Amino acid sequence: MISTVFAVLFYLATILLVVGVGMKVMKYARTPVPLKIVVSPAPRTKRGVVLRMFREVIFFESLFKSNKWIWIFAYLFHWGMLIVLLRHLRYFTEPVWWWVELMQPLGKLMAFVMLAGLLGLWARRIFQERIRYISNPSDHLMLALLVGIAGTGTLMTYVTRTDVIMVKSYMLGLLRFDIRELPLDPILLSHLGLVVILMIIFPISKLIHAPGLFFAPSRTQVDNAREKRHISKWARNLPPLPEGIPKKKEG
Amino acid sequence: MAALDMNAEGGPKFVGDPLKIPKIECGAMMDTNTYKAAPAHNEPLGFPGELLENWQEVAIAKLGELAATNRAFQVYLDTCVKCGACTDKCHYFLGTGDPKNMPVARQDLLRSVYRRYYTFAGKYFPWLVGARDLTREVLDEWYTYYHQCSQCRRCAVACPYGIDTAEISMAAREILDTVGVGQKYCNEIIAKLKKTGNNLGMNPKALRATLEDLEEDLEEETGIPIKLPLDVQGADILLITPSADFFAEPHIDGLLGYAKVFHAAGVNWTISSYASEAANFGMFIGSYENMREVSWRIRQAAKDLGVKRIVFGECGHAWRVGYSFLNTLAGPFDFLDQNYPIPQHIMEFTSDAIDDGLLKIDKSKNDEFVMTYHDSCNVARGSAMGRKEGGQFDLPRKVLQAVCNHYYEMERDTIRENTFCCGGGGGLLTDDLMDLRIKGAAPRMTAMQQVSADHGVTHMAAICAICKTQFSKVMPKYGYEMDNIMSVHQLVANAVILDGQETEAEAATAEETP
Repeated sequence: MISTVFAVLFYLATILLVVGVGMKVMKYARTPVPLKIVVSPAPRTKRGVVLRMFREVIFFESLFKSNKWIWIFAYLFHWGMLIVLLRHLRYFTEPVWWWVELMQPLGKLMAFVMLAGLLGLWARRIFQERIRYISNPSDHLMLALLVGIAGTGTLMTYVTRTDVIMVKSYMLGLLRFDIRELPLDPILLSHLGLVVILMIIFPISKLIHAPGLFFAPSRTQVDNAREKRHISKWARNLPPLPEGIPKKKEG
Repeated sequence: MAALDMNAEGGPKFVGDPLKIPKIECGAMMDTNTYKAAPAHNEPLGFPGELLENWQEVAIAKLGELAATNRAFQVYLDTCVKCGACTDKCHYFLGTGDPKNMPVARQDLLRSVYRRYYTFAGKYFPWLVGARDLTREVLDEWYTYYHQCSQCRRCAVACPYGIDTAEISMAAREILDTVGVGQKYCNEIIAKLKKTGNNLGMNPKALRATLEDLEEDLEEETGIPIKLPLDVQGADILLITPSADFFAEPHIDGLLGYAKVFHAAGVNWTISSYASEAANFGMFIGSYENMREVSWRIRQAAKDLGVKRIVFGECGHAWRVGYSFLNTLAGPFDFLDQNYPIPQHIMEFTSDAIDDGLLKIDKSKNDEFVMTYHDSCNVARGSAMGRKEGGQFDLPRKVLQAVCNHYYEMERDTIRENTFCCGGGGGLLTDDLMDLRIKGAAPRMTAMQQVSADHGVTHMAAICAICKTQFSKVMPKYGYEMDNIMSVHQLVANAVILDGQETEAEAATAEETP
């Protein structure tokens, strides 16, 4: 019964995540950009923009320059999460890919790094008055959700082990639309339940910053307005203005 | 330099560190409001004269329309994670402590309404995501705090997602205008420009008289008939410069500098009475249509006069419009000489003239000044110069250092792309916001005080008409004289020696031998 409920939830969440993010990305991509609004330091070439975005994604360059504390915590969290996620590939692949096998010890350790980053960010949200001022309940809940996922995961890795073989069989089953049994372990079920929530809210919350980053004209535009005319579709269709100076009496 | 009078009544408190973060003081600036526009100011811009009866409906629809027609606005509304990296970046927050002057909080004034009407979470769980209805109080709050943003984009540099508060602030002002709540300062000026060609409302006759006076001054000073041509058909270069260059100090001295450089370079140039304004306040109010109309005058004038090139004078936001938007708004400029950048900045022109050895320079003429340079926000973060990345920082410094011997940089985090706004940009250069302007200038003034203390810096140079006016007003509040702000081309004018120009030594000899 519970296994079936979770299966349905996973399918639903996956559809909502993929379709939701897809729709948002399509919307961003289709929305016109009326002007060149690239912000310094602005590359003059496409190659420069690619490098700039690479540095943003890999190093969080702007954040590094603007706030070291947020950068440290955000960096620990995001990279920790990425490696933890990659480690989770072992539950969806058979046989497990060699590099996933190889990174297993590191992946297990990274759970703490991810948690440390999250707790650091949360502490700032609570104790730093400027950030407390700008925080809504949803900002705290988002951190609670991620801490919940990371926390239950870490518990299962280090404290109360769950039947991993059974979990893996369930996940491999899901991939083939074959619903198998899930261990009825409350910590595992909380972990999976929170992940489902995260997947569902991803496209309709601030988590959309991940794809959104690539659609910020201030960062993704090439600084070449003088050399190459930039014009949006709706601006092209504006009524034309007169070419010469209208003759009138000068006073 | 005068003694720092930091305890002057109503004056700013001394901030030892230009980046020092104040304690939050809720509502500190809630009563600082700029005058609202009268119907006569709004209507020529295509906006309703007064607040519409169904303003709420119109405002919400406009918000949706802007999100659908401007990717930046849409993405910036969605992607903020409230990380807080921008919270200490705004000079108005640093100067006032009002939390609504923190960039993210300023954005949230509008984002909260967007969420309420355009997002799932805001529609069904408003309390969760801080969504709120668009009430009259909210509209008034927009008016207050979106007129405490100078659209300088310092926060956009800091944001990990490149969220640019200027885009939000421009959109907010456009929504306000659309429902009939305009700002007097900007809208009155745009209306004036549409009528006369410049922000001052100066007619061609008055402009000609002014330029003739300046020609006389130049001849008196140099002994050479240097021209400030107006409406000359077939000139090579059309100079588009802020109208402040015709009447304000130290702007005029900059204009005289351009004239000397053009003279020394031997080019044939002109000013247009039809497009006698570089400033484009259409940008400040976020109105594409108004910005396009103002820009279009430059195209019309260039075609009408048959010029080959367009050169912009020292004006910050005008250069953002010129460099980043002009080709979009009034292009393509296929009728101009493609061998030169279109448009070109006077700094690029002067820099090339120096490289080509066209200028004879006596740096010692500026020895009485110990200089620093203020990067104007719109030039620094919204434009470029020259062929290399970062030219907008390097070219003015190169020109400055070519004409003066004593030059020092201010604190690293207050220059180049991290420069502070002067405190008067973005349509806030109006006397009814003087309190905000003085407080907003604090970070820059503190950085200047530092180099004054460390290196004996006496003067600051800038290449923006708004910066120059703002600093000449607020510098006395920080212990400087109003003429401690200078145009870069004022220093150029001081140091350039034209062929046939009487030098002081010659003049003295001439006097001795009657």
